[in-house]
Amino acid sequence: MEKQVILDPQQFDLTVTRLCHELLEQHADFSNSVLIGLQPRGIHLVSRMLDKLQEILPTPPICGNLDITFHRDDFRRREIPLIPSVTNIDFSIENKKVILVDDVLYTGRTIRSGLDALLTFGRPIQVQLLVLIDRRFKRDLPIQADYIGKSVDTLNHERVKVSWKNIDGEDRVELYIKQTHE
Amino acid sequence: MSSLSVDHLLGIRNLSVDDIERIFQTAQSFKEVINRPIKKVPSLRDITLANVFFENSTRTRLSFELAAKRLSADVINFTASNSSVKKGETLIDTVNNIIAMKVDMVVLRHASPGAASFLSKHTKAKIINAGDGTHEHPTQALLDAFSLREKLGELNGKRIAIIGDILHSRVALSNIYCLQKLGAEVLVCGPSSLIPKGIDSLGVKVSHDLTETLLWCDAANFLRIQLERQDSPFFPSLRDYALQFGLTSEIMESLNKSIIVMHPGPINRGVEISSSVADSSDSIILDQVENGVAIRMAVIYLLAAQIER
Repeated sequence: MEKQVILDPQQFDLTVTRLCHELLEQHADFSNSVLIGLQPRGIHLVSRMLDKLQEILPTPPICGNLDITFHRDDFRRREIPLIPSVTNIDFSIENKKVILVDDVLYTGRTIRSGLDALLTFGRPIQVQLLVLIDRRFKRDLPIQADYIGKSVDTLNHERVKVSWKNIDGEDRVELYIKQTHE
Repeated sequence: MSSLSVDHLLGIRNLSVDDIERIFQTAQSFKEVINRPIKKVPSLRDITLANVFFENSTRTRLSFELAAKRLSADVINFTASNSSVKKGETLIDTVNNIIAMKVDMVVLRHASPGAASFLSKHTKAKIINAGDGTHEHPTQALLDAFSLREKLGELNGKRIAIIGDILHSRVALSNIYCLQKLGAEVLVCGPSSLIPKGIDSLGVKVSHDLTETLLWCDAANFLRIQLERQDSPFFPSLRDYALQFGLTSEIMESLNKSIIVMHPGPINRGVEISSSVADSSDSIILDQVENGVAIRMAVIYLLAAQIER
């Protein structure tokens, strides 16, 4: 399998830093805003951004994790993980500005489920979407991100892999291209 | 990740340890769901579940109904007392008529041991045993073990006593299977007339002394005296039973250690346990009820995952 680097460790860090500053422009001190990472991979981006935002802000923003397993639209349609990850939202999102965070935006179905799951915790005043990688022109649903680390053009059979230093050993985004057999 | 190794939940006896762990792990997530402001997820919008109860029940039926509703499944309730069963319809006919109305899962409570297993061989629906006579009551055992684990951590090596009417209890048998699979030591305690002969072949200890039992155990599960199943007297009087096997706060204080007190309900206050103990901080009776909904959601969800679209 051939692979192509989308973000190397240095670009990765710059991109996350820029995303943090974009958030600061819109949410200032985060007094009425919360970050919610989608399980299983969005939570790593939240914790990375939290590290950076803590250095800038006097009080760190409130963060949570949201699992969407029970809200998926493909239950019993294919082999999907039945056992969910942890949801951890121990604060009210009522009248808050919520920033949903995920690593890769692809078909938009995960985000659709995420919105559905999020609303069971109350009625936020606004919901925005932040993603590290946007696989553009690949949407099944009318969903777009408000903050994008990097947009990439991909084919359906290609796969985007986001690696994290604290889990996979290195910060890196790669595109895996399957060899086509003729 | 795969689903359960069984097609129906008929008893704890045919569950693997992995199945039990999978149910617990899923129930943990559902416990978080039922503590949200909106206590509902849309997973089972296309599933219909029938509660078919040939015996009385409050807690179990309500718990199954709530569990199904919180998964967005549709629920219908059937009780034998006001049905065609009175006109002579058989169990299979009754259930197959319900299933013909496009019902996917049946929660069955019946007075005959093996009723759920029998039904699972003659119908197309998924069957969940909610108590078959004096045989098994698997979801009760699962919620008991789940509640215990919240308090004690891993159950491996822990000592659990089951006290009271073991002879007529389906909760006792399911609990013994479940606790032993999770590595706990089990002791049954009660008057010899209410302990089945040969129960030691299941690998449980037997005692007829309440204080001795309580000093031995980390947690004690008190079972209800099932007067409705006792056609002849098994002990002189309820008062006599309460004096020998009833738990009071005086006994609790005399132990000089804390134990967890459980009861599957309904409690005969002042018989199996006194009101002061039932309402004390040692008692986890209401945790058991809360966990019951989460456990039943997990069982319904994991079995529903096997239903073909």
